[in-house]
Amino acid sequence: MDWWKDIYAAIKEADVKQVVYVPDAGHAALIDACTADNDIIAVPLTTEEEGIAMLAGAWLGGQRGVMLMQSSGVGNCINMISLMRTCRFPLATFVTMRGQWHEFNPWQMPMGQGTEPALKAMDVLVESVEDPEDVGKQSAAILHRAYVGQQSTALLLHQRLMPVKTFGK
Amino acid sequence: MGTLNRAEEFSLQRRDVAKRIAAVGGENLLMVTGLGSTNWDFTAAGDRDLIFPLWGAMGGAVPLALGLALAQPDRRVLVATGDAEMLMGLGSLATVGIQAPVNLGIAVFDNERYGETGMQTTATAHKADIAAIASGCGIAVTGTVRTEDELDAAISSLLEQPGPAVFVIKVRAESLPFVLPAKDGAHLKDRFRLALLGDAAIV
Repeated sequence: MDWWKDIYAAIKEADVKQVVYVPDAGHAALIDACTADNDIIAVPLTTEEEGIAMLAGAWLGGQRGVMLMQSSGVGNCINMISLMRTCRFPLATFVTMRGQWHEFNPWQMPMGQGTEPALKAMDVLVESVEDPEDVGKQSAAILHRAYVGQQSTALLLHQRLMPVKTFGK
Repeated sequence: MGTLNRAEEFSLQRRDVAKRIAAVGGENLLMVTGLGSTNWDFTAAGDRDLIFPLWGAMGGAVPLALGLALAQPDRRVLVATGDAEMLMGLGSLATVGIQAPVNLGIAVFDNERYGETGMQTTATAHKADIAAIASGCGIAVTGTVRTEDELDAAISSLLEQPGPAVFVIKVRAESLPFVLPAKDGAHLKDRFRLALLGDAAIV
C-alpha cells in the first residue's frame, strides 16, 4: 500500500506547488504528506469544480498544480473542464476509483462507471493503472503530458489498489 | 415598488464603480473578471493584459483567483464578479476562508439579477446576503456598499489593506451596451502569463 509514495515522488519531481483535493480514503496518506510539505500548498476544496478553476489560476500565476479526488468528484467538474480546454490550461488529476472492484455501495456505481466516458467526452486524456508497480511511471507520464505536453489528463487509480471498504457489513 | 425591483433604484452604477477600481488598482493589479457583465465593465474601464475575463466557467472566478493569489503572494489579486456568478460558487468562499491569502480582494457587483439572460432576479433580490456568507466562512474583512463614501473605503480595503476581503457592491440593475474583451481563451491566458511572467511564460 505504498504506491502513494510514488505519486508523491512524481509530484515533487515535477515541481508541483499546489495540491488541491476533496478527500478520499485512497488519497489520505498522500494528502497528509502534501499537507506536511512546506514547499506545497495543500488546499481542501468544498467541491471538485473549484479545484479545476484553482489549477487554472495557479498556472496563470506560474505554478504547477494537481487535483486529488475520488471518481464521484469527476461528475462535479464537467462544465468547469471547458475552462481548461478552451484556454489550453494544463490539467493533471489523480482519481481514486469507486464502483468497479468489490464495491459495497451501489450509490458509487453510476459515477464510477461513468468516470472515464465523462472525462473523455470533455477531451481529457485518460490513463488507468491497476498494478502498484506502475503507479510511479504512470504518474510521471501524466504530469509530463500536462505541463510539457499542455494537455488535460487524468490517471485513474483502480479500486483494486485500495483496501476493500465495507463499513463493517 | 416591490422589494424585488429595488435594484433599479440603487445609486451606484457598475461602469462608474469599475472605473474607480481600475484607477486605484493601476497597471500592476492582477484581475479576474467573472461571467459576464463584470467582463464588459472592466473592458469599458480599460482592457489590460493582466485582466483575465471569464466567458464561461460560471462559479469559477473566486477559486481561479485563489490559485493565482497563492501562486503570486507578492502581487495584489482582485476578483470582480457578479452576484449570480458568486452564488454558483459559494463554497469557494469557505475555501478562501481556510487559505486566507492577504493579497486577495473579492468585489461582487450585485445588481440582484442574471444580467445576460433577461434580468431575472437572483437569490440576493430575495434573501441571500453574500457579505454575511463570506463572514460566516471566516473572511474577516467584509461589507456591503451602497454609497460613494462606502465605495471609497471598500476599494481601499480590497486593494490596499491586508485581505482577504469580500465587498458586495450594490449596483443598479440596468442593461448597458456590450464592451467585449477578446474571447479566445488561449490568447487571454497567454497574454496574461506573458505580461506577468515574461519569457518564463513560454513552455
